Parts: sequence; structure tokens; C-alpha cells
Amino acid sequence: MSDQMKKLVILGAGTGGTLAANRLRKKYKRDELQIDIVDQNNQHVYQPGLLFIPFGLTDSEDIVRKRDRQLHKGINYHQTAIKSVDVDANSVLLEDGSLLDYDVLLVATGAVLQPEETEGLTGPGWMETVFTFYDMEGSTALAEKLDDFESGHLVINVIDMPIKCPVAPLEFAFLADWYFTDKGVRDDVKITYVTPLDGAFTKPTASATLSSLLDDKNINLITEFSTGEVDGEARKIIGYDGTEIDFDLAVVIPLHGGAAYVNDSPELGDELGFIPTDNATLQSKVRPNIFVLGDAADVPASKAGSVTHFEGEVLVENMEAFIEGREPDVEFDGHANCFIETGFSKALLIDFNYENEPVTGHYPGLIGLPLLKESRANHLGKLMFQSFYWHGLLPGRDIPGIGPNMPKSGKKQPVSN
Amino acid sequence: MLTKTLAGKTVEVNDEGFFVDATEWTEEMAPELAEEVGVPTPLTDQHWIVLKYMRSEYFEKGTGPTVRKLGKASGVTTKELFQLFPKGPAKLAALCAGIPKPRGCI
Repeated sequence: MSDQMKKLVILGAGTGGTLAANRLRKKYKRDELQIDIVDQNNQHVYQPGLLFIPFGLTDSEDIVRKRDRQLHKGINYHQTAIKSVDVDANSVLLEDGSLLDYDVLLVATGAVLQPEETEGLTGPGWMETVFTFYDMEGSTALAEKLDDFESGHLVINVIDMPIKCPVAPLEFAFLADWYFTDKGVRDDVKITYVTPLDGAFTKPTASATLSSLLDDKNINLITEFSTGEVDGEARKIIGYDGTEIDFDLAVVIPLHGGAAYVNDSPELGDELGFIPTDNATLQSKVRPNIFVLGDAADVPASKAGSVTHFEGEVLVENMEAFIEGREPDVEFDGHANCFIETGFSKALLIDFNYENEPVTGHYPGLIGLPLLKESRANHLGKLMFQSFYWHGLLPGRDIPGIGPNMPKSGKKQPVSN
Repeated sequence: MLTKTLAGKTVEVNDEGFFVDATEWTEEMAPELAEEVGVPTPLTDQHWIVLKYMRSEYFEKGTGPTVRKLGKASGVTTKELFQLFPKGPAKLAALCAGIPKPRGCI
């Protein structure tokens, strides 16, 4: 480390920005590294909780905390929107007109919903017959709608990838089946899952398991559907090929893109506003002093908190290397780990990475939670995770026995190397 | 290993008909490939814009683009893409352009 203090600016105080800030604050003294972090609001949402709000299984107060309260001392929090990044001048322009100069930049502004990109989606019927549960407003409004919904066709429609937490729409379908069964109206509600993919999920083994679960729960599956338009007034989803799907209630997962400022920052993002990033080191391909964590990166891993968490450890080591003038050489393997709620107080668990698809067995070793199999233990695991999120993950603590890369022991099928 | 003869040359393909080695493809093969998968022929200038974009993205990024990226960056709108390559522009354009099946996002 050179004698001079380095300046780190972190964009976004969500899962990635917060855990990286806290981990790096612990590593460096304040006169070695100055850490500034920027976010446009002070509401840190535990996003997995959004899935449960429509079904009355949690509410907004339970899943929102203040962003600045999750940060360790010695981290400067700026609450303002970001205008743009100048990757040549190494500076960030904030909405209040001030500039933040950096030696190292971490982009962690995630993915944003872009419902306006789909024709008709935010037109008549939006928030009346057409909802999303991917933000607080939508998921709260949907809770009220579901209260009164006792018969008709519920369509869950993923418009296109990439989306955050690609299993959440399936979980929504499973939880809806449970919810309407409990209400005693399941026979009067038809549920259909509409996806642009050629199966329930992209990975073959998991896709087969999830498809048979949809079948067991009497949820219809329509694959390879390319949504061109959503008409909430006529209650139709119209494909680019002209096919129509009628609905009474549509739960739509809108298109996603990077944060708006990325498009106003020359060279920073791709066409969708995500940052070109090295899959392994998480260093951006834009400039060597820009790193990327979580959903903001264009890496071929799920846009999910678990990925961000596993990336975090690798990223921090690589940023340290960069700050200290060494080559960033620790490699992330694309590890993702998701509990999938299947209703009736059960859940599945899947564990995979860039190379290995989710398979059966146990996690993290021979004795552990069952993989790709419904169990109550997995459901409890999912519920307990929220507490770990606030008290372990964000503060930057490691989970004993669980490293960033995917474990192979305990898995039934051979996995490639 | 599966092979296929196109424009008088034998090429290696996978079980879905996608090229294994994109360098084996030549422009003369595209019309035959298009006919096989129900892409309207003769191929128009618009088709060729898309096919060339598919290949340049593949050689630059290691995977073909998604429909959304195509609609934003190829110069052809998403609606037109579905007219040019009915039932799945990303997949069919990749097949006709002789590149491996695009990795779906996960």
C-alpha cells in the first residue's frame, strides 16, 4: 500500500454495495482508504420478501430498513441520485451537481424494472388487472387484489430474461396454488405460467423437477412465448407472433435493465445498461479501476442476492489486490444458491455455478439440506435467511463452512470440473 | 458426432442443428439452413443485417445475443425480427448464422 490515501466510491447501497463497503472498511484504516457510498434513497429492501407480501405472509415494515444504518462507521453515505460517471476523468457526477473523484469505483446499482418498455404494460389496467410483485408498490397493491380474487384465470408472465431471481416467478405460482387452496377456491382459479424460455427453468435437471411440480399442482405451463404487448383493459397478453392469452389477473415480471445513469455514462454499460465485467475476477472490462458487484454486472450468473453474496468475498480480495498494485487473480465460479418456495411450508434448494447445473444430493456436504427436493427444512432455511441477511451478510461476516465457490461433495450426479 | 451437408460441404452440428464450429459456416449455407427451419426465403437484406450481427456478437462475446439485444442493437426492431425469423428470432437467426445456440440467461 502506498503512503497516499486512496479513494473508493461505491455506487449503490444495496446488498452488494453494503457488504463490500463493510468488508473493505474492516480491511483498511481510514487514512489508507476513504470510502464514499451513494444511493438515491434510504430504503434498503430485503428483496426476497417481496414474494411473500401479496400472500399476506409478510409486510413491508418487516423487510425494509435504513440503508445508512447497515453501514459500518467510517463510511460516508451520500443520499442523492447519480447523474453519470466519467470513466476517463475518474469522477462521478451527482444530481446535486457535486463531483466525487475516485481511484477505484465499485458499481453496485443493480437492475431496475422497465415496465414502460413493453407496449401497453403500464397503460389502462396497470395496477388494476395487471400487477408485478417485483417492487414494493406492486407487491403491496397485489396483496389487496388477491384478497378479493376468488375465481378466474391468473397468468404469471415473465416477459424476457434477464430478470432478478429467476426462480421467484415460479415460486409465485406455487405460493398462489397454496393461497387459493387455503382459501377454498383453488378449483375456481386457473393458474398459467408463461415464460420465454423453452422450459420452466433454463437448467435441464432443475427444469424437469420444476415442470413436474407445476404439473402436480395443476399449473399450466406455456413455454417459448415472446410477449409483445399487454392489454390490461382487454385482459390479453399478445405475443409477437400474434398469439393471445386471455387473463383475469396478470402478474407480470417486466423487462430489466441497468440503472438509468449507466446509459448517460459513455462507455460504461452495454445496450441494456449492464456493465461488461470479467466473469471470474469481477473487474470491469471498461477500465481496470472499475469493479462490478451483483445484478449490475453482465456476467452469466443469476441476478440474485446469493450470487452477490458469494461474489462479494472474491470481489473484495480482488479490489484489495488492485488497491495494493497487484493483479486481481481470485476467481468467482458463478456460484448461486436458491431456496425455492413451493407452498404448504415447503421449499426446494438448488445450488449451481457457471459450469455445473443444479443436481440432486445434499448441501453443503453429505449431511445437509436436500437439493432439488421439497422439504420443510428448506422452507425454514429460507425463513431464517432474512435474519442472517441483516446481521451476517450485510455486515460482512462469513458463514462458517461455506466459502464463495460451489461445493461438490454431497452431490449425486458427477459434476464437471 | 452429427454432421450435415450444406452447400456441398460437410459440417458438424449438435442434436438441435446448431453449428459446433462457427468458422465452418459460409454465406452460401444460410438459405438452406433458413428453409430447413421455416425462415421465409429468399433471405432479404434485413435477414442479412441480423445474421451478420449475430456472427459479430458471437465472435466478440462468445455467445449470440438475446432477442432483446437484437431489437436494441441490430438495427432491426423486435417486431420485424419476429416477421423475419418467426417463432424465435434469437434461436433461428443463430442457427442460420451458423453459431452455437445462444446461452439463455439464467
